Amino acid sequence: MKKTIHQVNERIRDGNARVVTAEEMPGLVAELGEKDALAEVDVVTTGTFGAMCSSGSFFNFGHADPPIRMERVWLNDVEAYAGLAAVDAYIGATQQSTTREDQYGGAHVIEDFITGKSVELRAISRGTDCYPRRTITTELLLENLNQAIMCNPRNGYQRYNAACNSTDRVFYTYMGMLLPSCGNVTYSGSGLLNPISNDPHFRCIGSGVPCFLGGAAGMVIGEGTQASPGGGFGTLMVTGDMKQMDSEYLRAATMKGYGVTLYVGLGIPIPVLDIETVRSCAVKDEDIWVDVIDYGIPVRNRPSMMKVNYAMLKSGRFEMNGEEVRTSSLSSLRRARRIASELKGWIESGKMTLCLPTRPIDYTKKASPMRETVQGPRVLEIMDRRIITISEDEPIRDAARKLLKGETNHLPVINSEGVLVGIVTTYDISKAVVNPGKGTLVRDIMRRKVVTTTADEAVDIAVQKLEKHNISALPVVDRDFRVAGMLTAMDLGKLFGGRWLK
Amino acid sequence: MKLLVTFSRKEGKKPIIAQVVRDTGVLVSVERALIDSSEGEALIDIPDDTCRIVRDKLADLGAAVRFLEEEIALDESECVDCGACISICPQEVFSFDEESKLHMDAEKCVLCGRCIEICPHRALSRKSEA
Repeated sequence: MKKTIHQVNERIRDGNARVVTAEEMPGLVAELGEKDALAEVDVVTTGTFGAMCSSGSFFNFGHADPPIRMERVWLNDVEAYAGLAAVDAYIGATQQSTTREDQYGGAHVIEDFITGKSVELRAISRGTDCYPRRTITTELLLENLNQAIMCNPRNGYQRYNAACNSTDRVFYTYMGMLLPSCGNVTYSGSGLLNPISNDPHFRCIGSGVPCFLGGAAGMVIGEGTQASPGGGFGTLMVTGDMKQMDSEYLRAATMKGYGVTLYVGLGIPIPVLDIETVRSCAVKDEDIWVDVIDYGIPVRNRPSMMKVNYAMLKSGRFEMNGEEVRTSSLSSLRRARRIASELKGWIESGKMTLCLPTRPIDYTKKASPMRETVQGPRVLEIMDRRIITISEDEPIRDAARKLLKGETNHLPVINSEGVLVGIVTTYDISKAVVNPGKGTLVRDIMRRKVVTTTADEAVDIAVQKLEKHNISALPVVDRDFRVAGMLTAMDLGKLFGGRWLK
Repeated sequence: MKLLVTFSRKEGKKPIIAQVVRDTGVLVSVERALIDSSEGEALIDIPDDTCRIVRDKLADLGAAVRFLEEEIALDESECVDCGACISICPQEVFSFDEESKLHMDAEKCVLCGRCIEICPHRALSRKSEA
């Protein structure tokens, strides 16, 4: 048996459509079987509510008198992109205020407009014959704008890898606060309620399909940026009229240490036309797997600690490396549910009818990383290659002598196998002279916790280590933790005037 | 019951908590403490029926004492029930109920301040500052 989209729409218009949420569907299919579920269910509604950084809105402000061609535009001190004719601008959700930094940004401008607050527009121009005006400042309400069209390049991630941190310090990321030593795991996404997870082959979701966006009836434009549905990470580009939106489903937020973002509510109704759709909408949290990624490792391909499914993540705790770890969601399951049920209400009441995509999305596509033609500097290129070390069994006096002779302030300490075990600085030695009680050997005064770098590490990462730990040198170690050189704050000077900062 | 004890160390290093334990016989558990060269702040947990005698003893030793009751405030109009606070709280103050609504056991809180700092929606604050 098959149904057509027209039959489904007819039932919606007659008020007879059977609509269920994606959370109700697996139970229903288990109860009725696939065939009867197909006969019974017309539409499955989905929903997700979480941080979607790749969001923003187009505005048209109307013409001033005398007219201005706005070249740079600020809304409540948040710069919007104005390289779009005279009085249009696009504000990105993560753009931060020039005065309030991460406490206010594009996302807040969008939320303020939606809640009916007044927003200050400032713009400048060089002035032309047709647009003579050079500056303008005015207060605007959402109703004063000709258009306020939300257009989000990348929303509704099919799923998202969970995050943890294996290092010994706290990380503040766009995945929230990550405690040291894998002390917690954070994740995002609504699992079985996610739109694309209910239609991973994009048979029903594509260009022109209606959706719920921020409380308004919106539309799927098509494939989202960075979409990688071939690897299970599909995304969507979506649009909707901000004037119809509700701040219950659109909230500005600040991720500490990362910056401003926008929590977006998105839901897509899926018409159930054949058995294949019944099957894909019966997806359960247990079926949707992601990696737990170690954000402590600062490379693009961060290592995975283990695979988990959304049932494990939503349960609040699971076992990782033999230890129980607690989870935090960053998206709201409660609001995702509310979106799916609101959308269900819209369809049951005939407020929204459905359609099939006017242009399909390629579900096999995979995103590629950036092609980098100029590689940033590596530690190898600027490090001090002299290897001056001291053994942990030597007297402190010898360390002092070496420091003087080597004209350095940092001395890596090695054990009898040549492996790095500590570090002493001129400060440590001065302290040992003033308070001689601690012992006479290097091992008695050395610091055992050494922050290190490697020759192939990017200098930017090494600099971050220096800043985070408030230190001025890092021993460069090889794979066996033997000293291969030193990177000091002085070496960073080599970047200036060299080929890296032209 | 939780007590926030603040004391000055200007008159020298007095082991005041140890002294309270010895003099009152109450087993005090220190949940959080921040002590530097000039002053200190400690959050202690004691059985409810002993709080008067512990407070009086601390006051005699020159410390300022404040009872803490549900010190953390949640602004429900800002909270979206995301749960970012759940796993970072050392006291497991936060959890989801069956409806995935954020539930708060404020009496477990030791005022470490982590959740206030990281709440993406600025929905959490200290009651005394709200």
